[in-house]
Amino acid sequence: MLPFDYAKAKNENDAMDRVRAPKAAFVAGGTTLIDLMKLNVMLPAMLVDINGLPLDKIESLPDGGLRIGAMVRNSDMAHHAEVIKRFPVLSQAVLAGASPQLRNMATTGGNLMQRTRCYYFRDTAYACNKRQPGSGCAAIDGFNRIHAVLGGSDQCIATHPSDMAVALVALDAVVHIKGSGGGERKVAAADFHLLPGKTPNKETVVEPGELITYVTIPNSKFAARSAYVKLRDRASYEFALASAAAALELQDNKIHTARLVLGGVATKPWRSPEAEHVLTGAAADEKTFHAAAEAAMKSATPHKYNGFKIELAKRAIMRALASAAQSKAEGQS
Amino acid sequence: MTRAELDRRKFLQIAAAAGAVTVFPDVEFSHAATEPQASGVVMHPVSLSVNGTVHQLQIDTRATLLDTLREQLQLFGTKKGCDHGQCGACTVHVNGRRVNSCLTLAVMHDGDQITTIEGLAQGEQLSPMQAAFVEHDGFQCGYCTPGQIMSATALLKEPCGPSDDDIRECMSGNICRCGAYPNILAAVKSVRKS
Repeated sequence: MLPFDYAKAKNENDAMDRVRAPKAAFVAGGTTLIDLMKLNVMLPAMLVDINGLPLDKIESLPDGGLRIGAMVRNSDMAHHAEVIKRFPVLSQAVLAGASPQLRNMATTGGNLMQRTRCYYFRDTAYACNKRQPGSGCAAIDGFNRIHAVLGGSDQCIATHPSDMAVALVALDAVVHIKGSGGGERKVAAADFHLLPGKTPNKETVVEPGELITYVTIPNSKFAARSAYVKLRDRASYEFALASAAAALELQDNKIHTARLVLGGVATKPWRSPEAEHVLTGAAADEKTFHAAAEAAMKSATPHKYNGFKIELAKRAIMRALASAAQSKAEGQS
Repeated sequence: MTRAELDRRKFLQIAAAAGAVTVFPDVEFSHAATEPQASGVVMHPVSLSVNGTVHQLQIDTRATLLDTLREQLQLFGTKKGCDHGQCGACTVHVNGRRVNSCLTLAVMHDGDQITTIEGLAQGEQLSPMQAAFVEHDGFQCGYCTPGQIMSATALLKEPCGPSDDDIRECMSGNICRCGAYPNILAAVKSVRKS
């Protein structure tokens, strides 16, 4: 690890001031950043520690939604009574990620900012356009079993690793970002992550010097009847090969509103308007779920070793939809 | 710790240092040890409360909590397995919650209360979880055991379901390559029951 300077931020303004230093970065849980600093993949010259900032609360909003502080630990979010009852897909997704120890460290903001698990990105011996723009992509013609079948470009096919972000997109969540000028902007969770295109090094809308402060989740009629299904190489403590977040509003056994978002198969949390179109107005049954799964994966492009992900994702989609449809939706308002 | 273990550790440290001198040029050593400014190394003060004892340290900002416990405080019970948050051997408690000490910097823990495996026993009296691991033979080689016991101890205060599968899920952040899982599960169950 290369040497770096360190400062603990006293408050939000202090954090924003300090992060203006050259090559400065915020550190929260550290579970991605310190890992990648050990590998010389991320090389900050200055760490601004934001662990003391009072952004660690989950609050109810007047409209029935939730405001989740950027420093809320993943374990606290997953075990929060309101999240479990009214936004079950979020609790399930967070508990499907990492381990209890890591969830005690990892934060809401940090989870949104986590980097891909592409092993070529994590190893400086290989070409990677995400790590070093213009150097090439070792994955496209390499061993690409864990890579994306949706949203890739000729520059990058790395998957986005987050489970939490997949659930947030399904819940129409909004990310609140404080700018270096002090103003705040709001970005829909669905628009927060960027497709790799020609600039795979640019992964989110966050600009240098900006700080994620909150994530808000609106009250909705589909949030309570929601579920997350994650398929992976082992039963726990592993990243997704394919995952699906489903949320349904049912009226007389028909689907009034649907959200379907995929993880593990795409370069960003992947909302499927094609699947949602199939689901809307249809009966909540296996035939509909099968058609939705087919629609979601219709434009998928397999690479040499990851073709299995297309069928795997379809099964995750069908299971997530069935699970959401069968859930009791106790917290539905 | 037995006399034999201490002697083995000292021997390995001396051997490693001697080996390193022959491999690396002297300048590499002087960077870290005597010329912190010249090499850009940043030292930072931190106050760590470890197992109830407060330590005032001046440490390299790069030092993880794990390396600081082992190298600065000579608390070798906490183990380095993967060093990347993938195995759980380095699990300690920070302010009562279990974390991977390999993925957090010591400078980030100024004023925090840290508990390591050395802090569980009361004198010669093993903690209930330590005693259960002995009783149920919850280990083979023993390398992952401190992390397993720190996780299992924290689990007692966490929202973890009642079934065997719930416990397996709550313990999934600790890998045991000997495969002592059935006995680890038995040990955790026995303490949860009592």
